[in-house]
Amino acid sequence: MNGIETLTTGFGFWNPIFWVAGFVIALIITWIIWRRGEATYNTSPSSTGPFLSGNAEPQPGEIHVPGGNLYWGFTQALERYYAVIKPLHTGNLADYMLWYMGITAIMLILVVMVP
Amino acid sequence: MTGMDLFANLPGLLLAVPLIFAFATPLIGRYLPRARDGWVLLGMVLTTVIGLLIASAVFTGGTVAYTFGVPDPSVTVPPDSGGIPVRIIFNIDAMSAFMVVIAVVTGLCVMLYSLSAASRSSGKDGYYTLFLLLVAGVLGMVCTGDLFNFFVFLEIASLAGAALVAFRVDKGIAIEAGLKYAMLSTIGGLFFLLGVALLFGQYNTLNIAFLAERMGTTGLTTPDAVALVLFVTALAMKCGAVPMHFWAPDAYAMAPAAVTAFLVVSSQASLYALFRICFSLYGQTLNTVLLGWFIIILGLLSMFIGVTMAILQKDVKRLMAYHAVSQTGYMLLGVGVGLAVLSSPLLLSNFGMMAMEGGIFHIMNHAFYKGLLFLTAGVIFYRCGTRNLNDLGGLGHSMKWTMLFFIIGALAIAGIPPFNGFASKLMIYESVFSFNPLLSIIAMVVSILTLASFVKVFHSIFMGPKRPEFADVTEAPLPMLFGMGVLSILVILFGIFPEQVVEVMVAPAASALADQAGYIGSVMGGA
Repeated sequence: MNGIETLTTGFGFWNPIFWVAGFVIALIITWIIWRRGEATYNTSPSSTGPFLSGNAEPQPGEIHVPGGNLYWGFTQALERYYAVIKPLHTGNLADYMLWYMGITAIMLILVVMVP
Repeated sequence: MTGMDLFANLPGLLLAVPLIFAFATPLIGRYLPRARDGWVLLGMVLTTVIGLLIASAVFTGGTVAYTFGVPDPSVTVPPDSGGIPVRIIFNIDAMSAFMVVIAVVTGLCVMLYSLSAASRSSGKDGYYTLFLLLVAGVLGMVCTGDLFNFFVFLEIASLAGAALVAFRVDKGIAIEAGLKYAMLSTIGGLFFLLGVALLFGQYNTLNIAFLAERMGTTGLTTPDAVALVLFVTALAMKCGAVPMHFWAPDAYAMAPAAVTAFLVVSSQASLYALFRICFSLYGQTLNTVLLGWFIIILGLLSMFIGVTMAILQKDVKRLMAYHAVSQTGYMLLGVGVGLAVLSSPLLLSNFGMMAMEGGIFHIMNHAFYKGLLFLTAGVIFYRCGTRNLNDLGGLGHSMKWTMLFFIIGALAIAGIPPFNGFASKLMIYESVFSFNPLLSIIAMVVSILTLASFVKVFHSIFMGPKRPEFADVTEAPLPMLFGMGVLSILVILFGIFPEQVVEVMVAPAASALADQAGYIGSVMGGA
């Protein structure tokens, strides 16, 4: 069957069918392990709810972590990089034009002047 | 007209059908407003069928050269023209056919989606007219074998695209984005035209194949080199390569989501033209190592700066726009490596062709998964009225299908198996590693950052408890789900059966791009 042909990259290969089959087998094994788990486990909120040092659990609407709070550490670590890159994105059309002209000029020097 | 005549004229119809349907749409909208949606959908379906028939003919039978305005369109060089192809010619080789497939399939999905997405907007006649013009412009760009003709289609696509970016006004912000897109496109287009004039002044022709043949005999002159720079920078800017990418986040974020999904294809048509100019027009006459490295550096900058800027964004469409810039970098990297080793047959066969195939395959994969992601962002805005990630949350409870489609798109763009993005990225990683391991490592790091960025989007939009302000939000309308569903199926199928896609479409496209003699022969040989 043609569908199980392997994608050869010249250096390695990739067979998605086998990968999917392996993934499904792993899922089945996971399910079997889960089925063999403790059947009497109590799933009521009193057993599964978070323990917040004795404080009351906040209402669902109050515990949303907004997207802007994610990757704070990443952006802080690259603060110096972002200090250079962010100001370049001015939103000013004249700056956009300057970048385009500048790259064209550099290319002209490289391609036309360099033999 | 017989069936054979009709089949022989398919390349002409590929352009004529979307144009006729576009210009008739305002009339239909005025006199038969209820039939308008059916009319534009019919136009897009017909265009898709024609495009797929042409692509099938090219992939099975080789390049199709079509001459406009003659009784026999296969005659590219008239007997009394002194051996010069004087008429406008569509030279559709496997690379062009590959781009046609991308344009028509994405265009059809976007049109289906638009039927619901644009239903609340006024000015639908204008919207559909502009959209069909954009489709016609893109199809012309990828099919034409004539430089001036390409400029005309570039302008059609740019103007229609700019008007569509500004379509939703949005307190003037969308108009500002449209103006920026229009201005930069116009300046880029004029620079491109200047390059065309330089070549026409020397060779008295505008046909790419004939120009390539003449350039091969005269060698690269200074005006040729200047024209090359004007072409390359204009097209690199139009495809959103860093550091000429600034317009992309503005335009992609402010355009209606359906339009953004197709603007990605429009940018890829410019990328196609960049490759066409480098390989088919200039080819061996230029210093391919220098130009190849220039494209590779643009690719690296696009990948890294695109993804790191995306991580900062709070507007979901702006974030996705930076990812579009980043993914363009992969295509530039793959094809740039192929160009850099074009003059060495050994290196080209060892890894250059594979790098090109990876880059070209990524164009198609990107069109499908990025189109899908922009459509999911559009659904979120359609239902919630905001694109701000800080305001969204908990939508996984009420928009399960949209969430599923988003997951498929996000995993594909991050290069997670078994989705289509993985297959093309693997081809790029492994082949580029042989050229320069550092480039490949950077590409992999960018993929990891892409995944991190989309985890943030997924968490922000779909995770968490249901928020009170979105308590009434329901799943997307059926036509929108259908458009996203078709793209999702393509993302999965192309990931599960990548070898078939590579064999049938990608490898012939890469071979056609690298074969300058074949491109010249298809026109000058009268094929």
